[in-house]
Amino acid sequence: MAASSETMLKKPHVGKKRKPPTRYWEGTEEEGKNDGKKQKEGDNNEQTPQQNNTRTKKGGKRGGKRGGAGKKVISGKSDPFPGSAPVPEEKLNKFKRGVKGELPPRPQYKLRDVVIRSEAASDLAQKQNARYDLMLPEDAGFLEGDEDEDTCTISQDDIVDAVDITAGAKYFSLTLSQFGPYRLDYSKTGRHLLLGGRRGHVTCLDWQSKQLMCEMNVMETVNDVKWLHSEALFAVAQKKWLYIYDNKGIELHCIRKFNDVLRMQFLPYHFLLATASATGFLQYLDVSVGKEVVAICTKAGRLDVMAHNPHNAIIHLGHSNGTVTLWTPNQREPLVKMLCHQGGVRSVAVDKTGTYMVTSGMDKKLKVYDIRAYRPLQSYFLPAGASCLSLSQRGLLSAATGDIVQVYRDVWGIPVTKPYMAHRAKGSVWGVHFCPFEDVLGVGHGEGFTSMVVPGAGEPNFDGLDANPYRSAKQRQEWEVKALLEKIQPELIGLDPSQLSQVDHSTWEQRHVDRVQVLGFDPLAKEKFTPRLKTKGRSSSGKVEKRKKQVAHEDQRDVIRQTVEDRMKIDKERKEKEKKKAAAAGQKSALDRFRK
Amino acid sequence: QHPVGEVTRKHMAVRNILPCYIFGGRIKVLSRNPDDYVRETKLDIQRVPRNYDPSLHPFEVPREYTRALNATKLERVFAKPFLASLDGHRDGVNCMAKHPKSLSTMLSGSCDGEVVWNLTKRECVRTLQAHEGFVRGMVVRFCGTSFFTVGDDKTIKQWKMETPSYGEEEEPLNTILGKSVFTSIDHHQKEGVFVTCGQQVDIWDEQRSSPIRSFSWGVDSFSCVRFNPVETELLASCASDRSIVLYDMREATPLKKVIMNMRSNTLCWNPMEAYNFTCSNEDYNLYTYDMRYLDKPFTVHMDHVSAVLDVDYSPTGKEFVSASFDKTIRIFPKDSGHSREVYHTKRMQHVISIKWSSDNKYILSASDEMNIRLWKANAAEKLGLLAPREKAAVNYSQKLKEKFQHHPQIRRISRHRHLPKSIYGQSKELRVMKEARRRKERNVRKHSKPGSMPVVTEKEKHVVTVVN
Repeated sequence: MAASSETMLKKPHVGKKRKPPTRYWEGTEEEGKNDGKKQKEGDNNEQTPQQNNTRTKKGGKRGGKRGGAGKKVISGKSDPFPGSAPVPEEKLNKFKRGVKGELPPRPQYKLRDVVIRSEAASDLAQKQNARYDLMLPEDAGFLEGDEDEDTCTISQDDIVDAVDITAGAKYFSLTLSQFGPYRLDYSKTGRHLLLGGRRGHVTCLDWQSKQLMCEMNVMETVNDVKWLHSEALFAVAQKKWLYIYDNKGIELHCIRKFNDVLRMQFLPYHFLLATASATGFLQYLDVSVGKEVVAICTKAGRLDVMAHNPHNAIIHLGHSNGTVTLWTPNQREPLVKMLCHQGGVRSVAVDKTGTYMVTSGMDKKLKVYDIRAYRPLQSYFLPAGASCLSLSQRGLLSAATGDIVQVYRDVWGIPVTKPYMAHRAKGSVWGVHFCPFEDVLGVGHGEGFTSMVVPGAGEPNFDGLDANPYRSAKQRQEWEVKALLEKIQPELIGLDPSQLSQVDHSTWEQRHVDRVQVLGFDPLAKEKFTPRLKTKGRSSSGKVEKRKKQVAHEDQRDVIRQTVEDRMKIDKERKEKEKKKAAAAGQKSALDRFRK
Repeated sequence: QHPVGEVTRKHMAVRNILPCYIFGGRIKVLSRNPDDYVRETKLDIQRVPRNYDPSLHPFEVPREYTRALNATKLERVFAKPFLASLDGHRDGVNCMAKHPKSLSTMLSGSCDGEVVWNLTKRECVRTLQAHEGFVRGMVVRFCGTSFFTVGDDKTIKQWKMETPSYGEEEEPLNTILGKSVFTSIDHHQKEGVFVTCGQQVDIWDEQRSSPIRSFSWGVDSFSCVRFNPVETELLASCASDRSIVLYDMREATPLKKVIMNMRSNTLCWNPMEAYNFTCSNEDYNLYTYDMRYLDKPFTVHMDHVSAVLDVDYSPTGKEFVSASFDKTIRIFPKDSGHSREVYHTKRMQHVISIKWSSDNKYILSASDEMNIRLWKANAAEKLGLLAPREKAAVNYSQKLKEKFQHHPQIRRISRHRHLPKSIYGQSKELRVMKEARRRKERNVRKHSKPGSMPVVTEKEKHVVTVVN
């Protein structure tokens, strides 16, 4: 078709009779040509034939709507890319939620219709999300060496020389030798940095603009520091109590219910501050209302190793006997107890998707677990052992061994032999933390703080409605209100956060058993038959037994009768069949008469 | 190497895309240009880059659940269905009529005369003394230029919709004197034909003063007659011998009738699925029938605790509203056995007549105590124009509520209604009675010969017989 129109264009069309438009009854030959051409184009575009097939199928479906315009447009040219553009499979899989169940049977047509519609809607959403994902503006960072060069030998100074000035400015050190060593925390948007020196120095700053928000000395030991939901508030675990400050450094609360806190974790969607104390208590503070949710005595001694699973808000505690325990505020006992190391556990980290847990122990091992199946994946031996672990948004692992910070890539894949990057801090490392949405690793050590550039650590594209590093004050306020409105109740914390949307398949019997257990008696139990007292000798023990017998197994009688009848019927059928078989198969021989 | 000192923003943007080379290796570090993420001037709207990656949005389901819970709570908070009370009648309001062309016009007939209302201003536009005694029924002609009334004085009157000009007498266009009292009237959808009922069902031509056809089937009185809105020649009527009779206007005799246990007061055809109709019954229930299979209703709607007096369908045909002697109004989905909503006020007495407005937004109820009340059909709905974002938010929360409707906490909140003490007590009593009857029946069946006590479903219970 296209070829013919081109030839027409070359010819002078003045005074010539125009070729009449092709009709469908003449089009068989032409269509054959068309298909061939399309195939060729498909080859040019490196499309697999299968893809092409599905696309043409789709085009066929839409053909009715477009009035057959899928193939030919008015100009006479054929559309080289009919139908909608295909979406890559791996992008589609990224947005896949759950598995499609079977459709309900046809008689339940209303339910069936609802299911079909909702599945179509979710398919559309999945496809649109996948398409949108292709257009995200930023790409992740990376660092690649030569064939013979290890990336871990590249120093921070070399990286800073190579990259642009704003990215280079992210490598800096703060010399704070007086009150160290330092623990640190980045806010959820990654804009703000909170530093807490062991000897009481607490400071928070906008680390990108290096603008100091507050600086103070609490004149007490500082065990841990943590930002709360926004950059306006932070919690400091001091020698005795837990304190809440605002970003001007004004002490807002001193929470005396939380004593001797060593480590803290903040669950941003639940507005819960989980604290682990030296007395072995795991406590949850609801920061939106300021109430203690629950205090759990773990009976495991001093708790100085803590991490939280960002996927399901479960707290991981590491213990000196080498176990890691998993906790929710809803249960007094740990959900899971895993023996991870021979010696004590030194540090725990959980990745963003809640799939992997990395632990390091006194036995100088670094282990990777799949925490969905509680299965060890990898075990590495680090000569010095790792004191602090941190996982980045894109799955880089930083491990501090003495004064050296090593960054590993893909620790849960094929076993790695060499670190991705390494950096020597000035003092022994006390805390490491990856900055969200930036290629930055913050290292708190004895001599202050170092921010190092780790290409490929941060998620390149943030979601503006969730955590926006560039948000204005107004946007922050809006977000705060929205986030508070959809605060998840602590009761909903569990191992599987999507359980709430699943159909409760537990059978009626199971539920009944639970109910019986809760109530302590069976509410649906049949009352035992007690024969009425009758006079004139009718309540003699024999008569009573007889009356009891009359009603005994009343509910089962029908079933028993039915089964007996069924069995008899089957027996009868079998016999008849045998008889027939014998009659059909046995040509009566003369010797049959001797057969018994 | 690059001249680091002279890097401008533009350069940075370029470098952001192109990875830099060091030692033959390659490197790229995240470096965002703030200009891409912050609005240029204060007059712009804020930029909100999105990333729908599920791993950036953890706790999807619990958050949605929380939203659904909040939406359900807010729905109950904002459920203020009562809009206005139109008072001015000096006797109980007996009947109402919708205007087919004008949403803001409504007619009401009381026990002593009748009134035309303007709903947007909530004021009475015109009053006329139509009949002596009760106005029993009224209907607006399909063109909206005139309306018919029937009354206790055995007359049918046709009136102009327009207000008579100054000095002009308030005179009916037409008056027909009948032989007996008329109880209800309905007009054909397209032609100048109307139907009345009383002692019998009469079909009238507007041009004539005697009925063109009369139907009777051995009963002495009818309470309600309605034209089918789609098959316009079909009629249905409720008779006092507990039957519902179907007619075809083109035939000389009625089609068929179903006799029930108790008398039906009124009926209403479903405007969308016009082979279905719902009748309000004296036995506290409403019954939805398929016209083709009258031997049992396909839904029994329970919840009222007294006789149901009137019923009207929403124009979408998805729901209907019923008025009851128990001083409440209930809204039922057309295929649900129980109501989704109940409206009541302290002062509203027995509700006699009910109408669902043609824009599917309002409900009008006329009650004994001389008032007409205007309600929202959807109690928590915000009235007036909605901004597109508002609309999207409403739709979103609607979907969420639907998704999580079976969760116990959400269901409890969304089902909760405050009821007057008397109705609450009565409904509890009814429930106990029903349960007792069911228990007794079960026991009787248990102790009688198998098969001698067939199971009669709730639907079959209320139908006596179908006569063709």
